[in-house]
Amino acid sequence: MSAALTIGKREMRTYFNSPIAYIVVTVFTLIAGYLFFTQLFIEKQADMRAFFGMAPFLFMFFAPAITMRLLAEEKSAGTLELLITMPVRDWEVVLGKFLAAMTLLAAWLGLTLVFVATVKSLGPIDLGPTLGGYIGLLLMGGAYVSIGLMASSFSRNQIVAFIVSFGICFSLYLFGRLTQFLPQSLQPLIAFLSIDGHFENISRGVVDSRDVLYYVSVMGVCLLLATTALESRKWK
Amino acid sequence: MSDVMIRVENLTKHYGPTRAVDKVTFNVNKGEVLGFLGPNGAGKSTTMKMLTCFLAPTAGSAKVAGFDVFDESLEVRRRIGYLPEDTPIYRDMTVLEFLQFAAELRGMPADQRDARIKEIGGRCGLASVAGKLVGELSKGYRQRVGLAQALVHDPDILILDEPTSGLDPNQIVEIRSLIKELGEEKTVILSTHILPEVQATCSRIVIISGGKLVADGTPDSLRAREKGSRHRVVLEAAPNGAGGAGTRDGGAALMMRDRLSGIAGVSRCDTAITEDTAASAFEVYASGVADLRREIFKVAVDNKWVLLELARESASLEDVFRSLTTGDEPSKQGSGKDQSKAAARSASANEEARS
Repeated sequence: MSAALTIGKREMRTYFNSPIAYIVVTVFTLIAGYLFFTQLFIEKQADMRAFFGMAPFLFMFFAPAITMRLLAEEKSAGTLELLITMPVRDWEVVLGKFLAAMTLLAAWLGLTLVFVATVKSLGPIDLGPTLGGYIGLLLMGGAYVSIGLMASSFSRNQIVAFIVSFGICFSLYLFGRLTQFLPQSLQPLIAFLSIDGHFENISRGVVDSRDVLYYVSVMGVCLLLATTALESRKWK
Repeated sequence: MSDVMIRVENLTKHYGPTRAVDKVTFNVNKGEVLGFLGPNGAGKSTTMKMLTCFLAPTAGSAKVAGFDVFDESLEVRRRIGYLPEDTPIYRDMTVLEFLQFAAELRGMPADQRDARIKEIGGRCGLASVAGKLVGELSKGYRQRVGLAQALVHDPDILILDEPTSGLDPNQIVEIRSLIKELGEEKTVILSTHILPEVQATCSRIVIISGGKLVADGTPDSLRAREKGSRHRVVLEAAPNGAGGAGTRDGGAALMMRDRLSGIAGVSRCDTAITEDTAASAFEVYASGVADLRREIFKVAVDNKWVLLELARESASLEDVFRSLTTGDEPSKQGSGKDQSKAAARSASANEEARS
C-alpha cells in the first residue's frame, strides 16, 4: 500500500513538473467556465445544473488526457521494467497511478468550486444537489479515469490509449441515448450501463447505493483489467 | 543459507516459436562476479529479466537467495539491485528525487534514506549532479544513476545488464573498478559482449549462444580449453625446389597445407597472412590440447621447407568466445557435427538480434 502512495506521489510530481497538469486544468477550466457563465449571463439562471450537465461529456476528454501516459509511457520508455523489478506488486503500480490521476481530477474539481461560490453570491443555493453533484462527479470521474488507465495499460502508444479510452467512455455515454431504439427487454440493462445516467441521479441529491455500486464496479473491473494487462508480460 | 545465491535450472523462455533461452543451467555462489557473455540476441537480457522477475520462465526454475523468481517474486526483488539494459530512468525527475523514490519503493526506513543516498551518490560520483534532471544527464552519468539506484538499499545481489555500454573509456574503467569493489561483498551478475571487461572484472564466466549455455568456468579454465590448440607456422619452400613444387605459386602453398593437414592430431589447417612475400603462413589447429610443434618441425624437415616461424599460441577469451558462439573454429571435440550445430546457433542468434 505504501508503495502505491510512493508511486502516486511520483506521478503527481510528473503531472506538475511537466506542462500536462497546467494545460489540461487551464483548458478545461476555460471550457467549463465558458459554459457556466454563458448560462449565467444569457439565460440569467444561476445554478450548477449547466456545469453538472456537461460534466459527463467534458470528462470524456479530460480523463483520457490525464491517463493516457500513465502506463503507455512507462512501457515505451522502458521504465516499467525498472519500476516492476522493484519490490512492488502490480496492483500497487496501478493503484498508485489511479490515485494520482484522481488527485489531479479532484484538484480541478476544486477549482470549479468558484462556480458554486458565484451561484451562492447571487442567491440561495440548494446544498443537497450541489454536494451530491460533487460526490457524483468524483465517482463518475473515477470511472472515467479507471477506463483511461486501463486503456493505457493495453498499449505502449499514448495516442492509441487516448482513442481507446475515449471510445469506451463515449460508448458508455451513448448507451444512455440509445435506449429508445432497443427492444424493451434490453432497455433496463443498457440504461443501467450508461455512464452518466447514474450521475444524474446522484446530482439530484439522491445518493442511491445502486448508482454508487455502478461506479465502484466500473473502477474495480477496469483497475483489475489494467493489473492483468501488466501481469500479462509474464504469460506472453 | 547455502553459498549458492542464484540457482538456475533448465531455465527456458519462448517468445512464440522462438526459443530465446533454452534449458540454461548454472549457479552463482556468494561473492562471485559472474560475467554473462554472448553475442547480441543470445538471450542474456531475457535471462536477466527472468532472474529479476520481470518475465516469467516458460519452463525450468530459478531461485535467487533461495526464493523462487515466480512464486516468491517479491522476496526476490527485495534482495536484488537491477540495472536494466539502456538504463531506463524517469527523465523528468532530478537525480536526488529519483534516488529517494527508489529508496522509498525498495522499502528503506525513512530515517536511513538520506544518509544512504548521500553515501551511495558519493560512491557513484553523483554529488555534482544531484539537482539535475535525469533527462539532461550524459549517458555516463545516467548509467551511474542506474547503478546508484540498484545499490541504494544495499542488496546482496546485483544484476547489471550491460553496465558499461555507451560509456567512454574513462567511465568504463571507473564503473569496472566500482563493480570489482562491489564484488568483494556482493554477488554480481553482469552481462556484456565486451570481452576485456570480463577479464578485468569477473571471477567466473557463463557464455550463452542462441539461448543455450555453451560454457561455464573461470576465465583461465575457459582459456585453457582452447590453449595450445592453435599453432602459427610460416614456411618457405626451399629455393632449389628439392622437395617443393618450385616457386611460390599457389601450388607450393597448397601442398604445404595438404601435408600439414596430414599430421596426426591436426583438426584443421588454414592459410594465414604473412608479411614475408616468399613464404606462406598457416594456422594449424590441434584437436584437444595437443602440442604439435615437433610434428610440424618434422614435416618441414622431411619436405626440406625452411621453417621461418613456429609458435604455439595461447588462446585469448576472444578465441574462446568466437569458437563457442560462431563455429568459426572447431569446438573442443572438433567434430563436424558440433560445428554445424554452432553455426545454426549463431544463425538463430542473428535472427533474434534483427527482430
